[in-house]
Amino acid sequence: MSEADDTIISVRDMHKWYGNFHALKGINMEVKKKEVIVIFGPSGSGKSTFIRAINRLEEHQRGEIIVDGITLGHDVRDIEQVRMETGMVFQQFNLFPHLTVMQNIVLAPIQVRKWTKQKAEETAMQLLERVGIPEQAHKYPGQLSGGQQQRVAIARALAMQPKIMLFDEPTSALDPEMIKEVLDVMVELARSGMTMLVVTHEMGFARAVADRMFFFDQGEIVESGTPEKIFDDPNEERTKLFLSQILSH
Amino acid sequence: MDSTLPPLTERSSILRWMRQNLFGSWLDTLLTLLGSLIVYWALKGFLTWALTVAEWEVVSANLRLLIIGQYPLAQAWRLWMGLGFLIFLSGNSLGIWARDSKFYAALLLAPALLAALPFGEEPRKWLIALTLTGLIGWGLGRARPEVLKRSVITGWVIALPIFILLTNGLSESEIGFMPVVKTNLWGGLLLTFLLTAVGILFSFPLGVLLALGRRSQLPVVRLASVAYIELVRGVPLITILFMAQLMLPLFLPDNLTLDRVLRAMVGVTLFSAAYLAENVRGGLQAISHGQYEAGYALGLSGAQTMAFIILPQALRLIIPILVGQFIAVFKDTALVAIVGLFDLVGIAKTVLAQPDFLGLQREVYVFVSLIYWVLSYGMSYLSQRLEESLGVGKR
Ligand SMILES: Nc1ncnc2c1ncn2[C@@H]1O[C@H](COP(=O)(O)OP(=O)(O)OP(=O)(O)O)[C@@H](O)[C@H]1O
Ligand SMILES: [Mg+2]
Repeated sequence: MSEADDTIISVRDMHKWYGNFHALKGINMEVKKKEVIVIFGPSGSGKSTFIRAINRLEEHQRGEIIVDGITLGHDVRDIEQVRMETGMVFQQFNLFPHLTVMQNIVLAPIQVRKWTKQKAEETAMQLLERVGIPEQAHKYPGQLSGGQQQRVAIARALAMQPKIMLFDEPTSALDPEMIKEVLDVMVELARSGMTMLVVTHEMGFARAVADRMFFFDQGEIVESGTPEKIFDDPNEERTKLFLSQILSH
Repeated sequence: MDSTLPPLTERSSILRWMRQNLFGSWLDTLLTLLGSLIVYWALKGFLTWALTVAEWEVVSANLRLLIIGQYPLAQAWRLWMGLGFLIFLSGNSLGIWARDSKFYAALLLAPALLAALPFGEEPRKWLIALTLTGLIGWGLGRARPEVLKRSVITGWVIALPIFILLTNGLSESEIGFMPVVKTNLWGGLLLTFLLTAVGILFSFPLGVLLALGRRSQLPVVRLASVAYIELVRGVPLITILFMAQLMLPLFLPDNLTLDRVLRAMVGVTLFSAAYLAENVRGGLQAISHGQYEAGYALGLSGAQTMAFIILPQALRLIIPILVGQFIAVFKDTALVAIVGLFDLVGIAKTVLAQPDFLGLQREVYVFVSLIYWVLSYGMSYLSQRLEESLGVGKR
């Protein structure tokens, strides 16, 4: 989709252990600006661990991760800088239940970016319109449907004007009839040129907007390539088997 | 006669209720009869005593002593002003945040009710004035909620310092404006109130800090917090109060002397903070890890995540527990009587030591208990209404 060749995320020989358990075994990945990456694979293969290492919600033990020119290490300022530039959307939404939709969205821009309340609220309203729920601004998360909550979560992440958006199974906790409204927002975001890393098993979404797909299994990248290549002519037997399982229903 | 009876269906439903709940089986019937007998006996005994035998003069004659202790009468206006400020703020707040509740507005009439008690001429005027102050505050709050919100919050923040300043006074000389009233003259309900208010206000931030310290990544901070909490929770309040009286001076530089009331305040605060810390910790544990991660992922620092996301949720969860603890602090302050302060209970003892009122323990302690009960129950009832309107447990 994009011809720009400047790299924004670079992961080299990255390893992660939970105690003795080797969860990620030497991951390599280069992501260019405006690329849309889809990550898929069986449960427990390390997809969440990987995507959460990009904004340091998980710490890796070997190898390096460079995000927007910043090498993730133990420096708290570096970490906070990377987190400012990366938005994240969780499977369980993780909205703040004690704050209204509007307050959820403006909290970080005001506290971290030091925007005025007025500027933050104007931006928030624009984002709520973009995700299609401007009329919900003054409700509490508990009063919204799952699909609406996830769209608020997307708006909240976008309010920080991140360069990268990370999605960890954003539609897995949703009822089937709400999946589409969230995917529509994500497709629109992908077409607008956002750099996105998406863990998902929504293969329709992957075919529509992914530039490249990565198949994870047992802590390793088994195969990667364009959607056409992965769907129509995968190299690896494991990829073929997994795809046939999830596409069969 | 007939017209005063409830309609037939209702009467029969009352009868049905009684049959089901009170006389359902022979055992129920027996228990009901036995219970009624006991209640009747106890009530009859108490009422006969309260209405015929009891000499309530001991209360009415010492009412001022019980309420403000030896506080000089000439300076009592300062306390009334302080109370007036609190009531004005309450009226304001109710007008702003509970504008449609008749119940809360009616609360502001409480001082007028008190005026019916056997106070003298002077207090009665003040009580009427307080009622008016409350109602004016309420009206203003209702009329200009947006304008007043900020100043009301500021008002509450400075309310206790102002009250203490008024109570304590300004000028060292006897004839100056608002001469200092020594703390050994503070007493009765006034002292109980101040000990409670200071104890709650200062133990709250201290308790939150201790709770956070207990979860800290830094071993020194964590160990110190755990040690403090477990040490304090392992000893009775009375021993802490004694230590505050006897040992606190040892830790302070020679030229700094804390008076006895201040020492008691320190004791109550340090004690309450340890329990508060454990309650807050319970609230913190109930917040899911996803909430922290959402905060971090947005770029908020650890402290910001704590302050804006985690603590507000944790504290809201434990409001009922906190109120319970505040009521406990209120009642526990009675122990300062043992270390020689004249709070409500301490002053009751001095009242009973007067030759005129020997042997009237029952009257005095029934009255003192009544004050504790009314205020404790009031706090608990109001907090329940507050929880309902905040929707605690709903979101
Ligand atoms: N905090 C942890 N402590 C120990 N082991 C963990 C922890 N988090 C994850 N793991 C393990 O690491 C492996 C990878 O987990 P991860 O959550 O990344 O998988 P996933 O691919 O996202 O799976 P799913 O599709 O179920 O979300 C799993 O075997 C999991 O049990
Ligand atoms: Mg996962």
